[in-house]
Amino acid sequence: MYRRPLLRTQYEQDAAIFPTWFQKVALGLVILFFVLATLGAPGIEAVPKKFLGNTWIDPVSNMMPLLIAALGFNILVGVAGQVSLGHAFFMGTGAYTAVTLGGGGDGGIKACVPWHDELGLLEEAGQCGLGLPMWIWLPLAGIVAAIIGLLVAPAAVKVRGLYLAIATVGLVFIGLHLGRTFPEFAGDFESGRRWPKLQFRIWKEETPLVDFTEDGQWFGLIHLAEEQKQLFLLMTFVGIFALMSKNLIRSRTGRALQAIRDRDIAAEVMGVPEFKYKRLAFAISSFYAGIGGALFASYLGRVSPVDFSLILSVDFVAILLIGGAGTMAGTVLGTVFVELLPEVVETFTEWLSDQLDGSGPASWLANVLLTSGSGDFGAIATAAAAPGWPMSVHMWNFAIFGVLIVVFMIFEPLGLFGIWLRIRNYWKSWPFSY
Amino acid sequence: MSDSNTTPLLEVDNITLRFGGVTAINDVSFKVNDGELFSIIGPNGAGKTSIFNTISQVYRPQEGDIRWKGDSIMGIRPDAVARMGIARTFQNIELFAQMTVIDNLLTGRHIRMTNSWLAGSIWLGNAKREEMENRRRVEDIIDFLEIEQWRKHPVALLPYGFQKRVELGRALAMEPELLLLDEPVAGMNLEETEDMARFILDIQRELGIAMILVEHDMGLVMDLADRIMVLDFGQQISEGTPAEVQSDPAVISAYLGSEMAQVSQDTSQ
Ligand SMILES: Nc1ncnc2c1ncn2[C@@H]1O[C@H](COP(=O)(O)OP(=O)(O)O)[C@@H](O)[C@H]1O
Ligand SMILES: [Mg+2]
Repeated sequence: MYRRPLLRTQYEQDAAIFPTWFQKVALGLVILFFVLATLGAPGIEAVPKKFLGNTWIDPVSNMMPLLIAALGFNILVGVAGQVSLGHAFFMGTGAYTAVTLGGGGDGGIKACVPWHDELGLLEEAGQCGLGLPMWIWLPLAGIVAAIIGLLVAPAAVKVRGLYLAIATVGLVFIGLHLGRTFPEFAGDFESGRRWPKLQFRIWKEETPLVDFTEDGQWFGLIHLAEEQKQLFLLMTFVGIFALMSKNLIRSRTGRALQAIRDRDIAAEVMGVPEFKYKRLAFAISSFYAGIGGALFASYLGRVSPVDFSLILSVDFVAILLIGGAGTMAGTVLGTVFVELLPEVVETFTEWLSDQLDGSGPASWLANVLLTSGSGDFGAIATAAAAPGWPMSVHMWNFAIFGVLIVVFMIFEPLGLFGIWLRIRNYWKSWPFSY
Repeated sequence: MSDSNTTPLLEVDNITLRFGGVTAINDVSFKVNDGELFSIIGPNGAGKTSIFNTISQVYRPQEGDIRWKGDSIMGIRPDAVARMGIARTFQNIELFAQMTVIDNLLTGRHIRMTNSWLAGSIWLGNAKREEMENRRRVEDIIDFLEIEQWRKHPVALLPYGFQKRVELGRALAMEPELLLLDEPVAGMNLEETEDMARFILDIQRELGIAMILVEHDMGLVMDLADRIMVLDFGQQISEGTPAEVQSDPAVISAYLGSEMAQVSQDTSQ
C-alpha cells in the first residue's frame, strides 16, 4: 500500500463494476431521475416530454426489451466477435415460445388448429396457447431460444466474418417462412396475434397476483397507471440482465470470448476451446434475444412475424456500431440512440409544424424545412408522402441512420462510448492539455 | 540431467511435416527433460516455429510421434495440449490486442479456473472468490515481470518490448511444466535483452519450469541453454551441449563461418 499507492490491494474494489464513488453517484442519479420521471415528478418529467413528446413512456418502455436483446447481441458480436444477422430470428423464437406457453387460455392448445381467414377464425386462432403464467413462459422463452441457438451453432462456428453474417441472414428468412406456414401459432402474417400480458400469476387463477396492465393502487402504497407499472417492470428486467451481462464479460467466460475475438489461434493455444466457446456465445446471446423478444411482444400486445424481419437484426448492428461494440456502456448508449432518435426527430417535426403559423425564427425554420404537399421546397414532408423528395419523417430517420453508421465506422470505431472517453479524458486533464 | 529410468517430459520422435512440396520438418527427434532449458537454433526458415506448432498441435505432422510424459499427444486439440501443461509465446506477438494487460494474463489463468458462464454471470460466492484469487496470482506475475505501470492498458498500446513481456507473463500464468519461447528477444535492444535473459533464468531456477528456447541471439543461447539442437532446412544437423555444438564441423559449415564462427571465436578468447 505504501510502496505503490496507486495499486489497489483490494481486488474486489478494483474489479467492481463502478470502481469510483463518482461513478456510483452518477449511476444512482440516473436511476433516480428515471424513477422520478416515471412517477411523473413535474419538473423532471418535462425533460423526456420535451424530447419524446407527452407519451414518452411508450417509446422508452418499448426500448427496454430491445435493450435486453442488444446486451445479448453485444456478447456474441461485440465480445466474441462473431458477426450475426440472425438476432431477430432468436427474438422471434422467444416471442413465439412465450405466446405458445402463455397465450390464449380459453381454447388452450386445442385452438392451435389451421384456420382460414375467410371463415373469420383469425381471432380464434390468435387465442391458441396454454395460458401458463409468466414465471414459466418468460424463462422458457430464453431457454428455448438458447437451445435453438445451440442447435444452429455447430454450423455457424465453422464459418467466419462476412460468411457468418450472410449464413445467419438465412435464419431470419426461415423464421419468416415458419411464421407464414404456421398461422395457428403466429396469427395472420401481416396483422399478427395477441400476446400474453405482463401479469404475475401463481398458476392460472383469474385475478393476477400483480397486474402490470391495469391502473391502480400498488401494494396499497401508490397509485400508478398501467404504463408506469410496465416501465418499472421492464426497467427491473433490464437492470438484472445488464448486471448479468457485465458480470459475464468481466469473468472467465467473457475473457475467453474476447480472446477468441482478438486471436483465435492464440486463444486455443492458451487452453480456450474455440468451438465450445463460440457455441456458448451463440447460446447466451440467443437466450437474451429470447427474453427480449418475449417481453417486446408482450409489451406491444400484438405482434406479427414481419416484426422479426431483417430490419430488426440490422437495428442491432446499428446499435453496436453507433454505441461502440464490446462495451456495456456502448450497448446502452447505442440502444437509446437508435431506438429513441426517431421519436426525437418526430417530436421535433411535430413541434415545428405547430410553429408554422407563428412568427419568429422557429416559424421561419418550419417554413424552410417542412412541406405539407407539393409546391414549396421543404425537405421534410409532413403529409404521408409517397417515396421520393421531399422525404417523410420516417424516411429521414432511415437516412440519418445510414449516414451515422458510415460516419461512425470511418471516424469513431468505438462509437458514442469512444466519444465519451475522449470528453472524459479531456476534462480529466483540463485545464492542462497534456 | 535426469535418471535414465524416468521418462522425459517431452519426446519428439522422427516427425516430418510437409506443406505441399515444402518439407518444413524432416525426420526430427529430440527429448526435453524435467526442468531443462533446451534450445533450438538455425537460420530463418529452418523449421523452428513449425516444431513449436506441431508440439501445440496447431500443425499435424504427417509422420512421427510426440509424447508428453510417455503418452502420445498426436491428434489432440491445441487447447487440450495447453491443459496438459504446455505453454508458449509466439515469434510475432499474438496477444489479445483489445484486452488489458491484466485480462490477457487472466486469460492465461483460464485453464486453472473453473467458474462457468452462469456462475460468472451471477458473480457470487465461489465464482467471485476464484476471480479474486486468480487476480492475486496475476498481480504476482505483473510484479515479477515489472510491468506494473501497464496493468490496465490495452496491450495494443504497449511498446514492443513490454508486449513481449506480457506474452511471457500470459504463458507463465498458465503454470506450465514446459514453456516454448519463440524468439523472446528478437528486435530488442541490449537492455531489454538482458532483462529478458534474467526472467528466463529466474523461470528456470526459481520456478523449475522446463523450456524450449528458439532464438537467433547466439550469446543468449550459449549462456542459458543446457542442450542445443541445430536445424537447417528442416534437418537436424547437430545436438549437444553449447560447447559440443559450437565445435561441431557440421554446424560451422552450415552457418558458413558466419554467426556461429563468430560466437566460437568470442567464447574461445
Ligand atoms: N502454414 C504454412 N504453410 C506453408 N508453409 C509453411 C507454413 N508454416 C511454415 N511454412 C514453411 O516451413 C518452413 C519452416 O518455417 P518456420 O518453421 O517458420 O521456420 P523458422 O521458424 O525456423 O524460421 C519455411 O519454408 C516456411 O515457408
Ligand atoms: Mg520462426
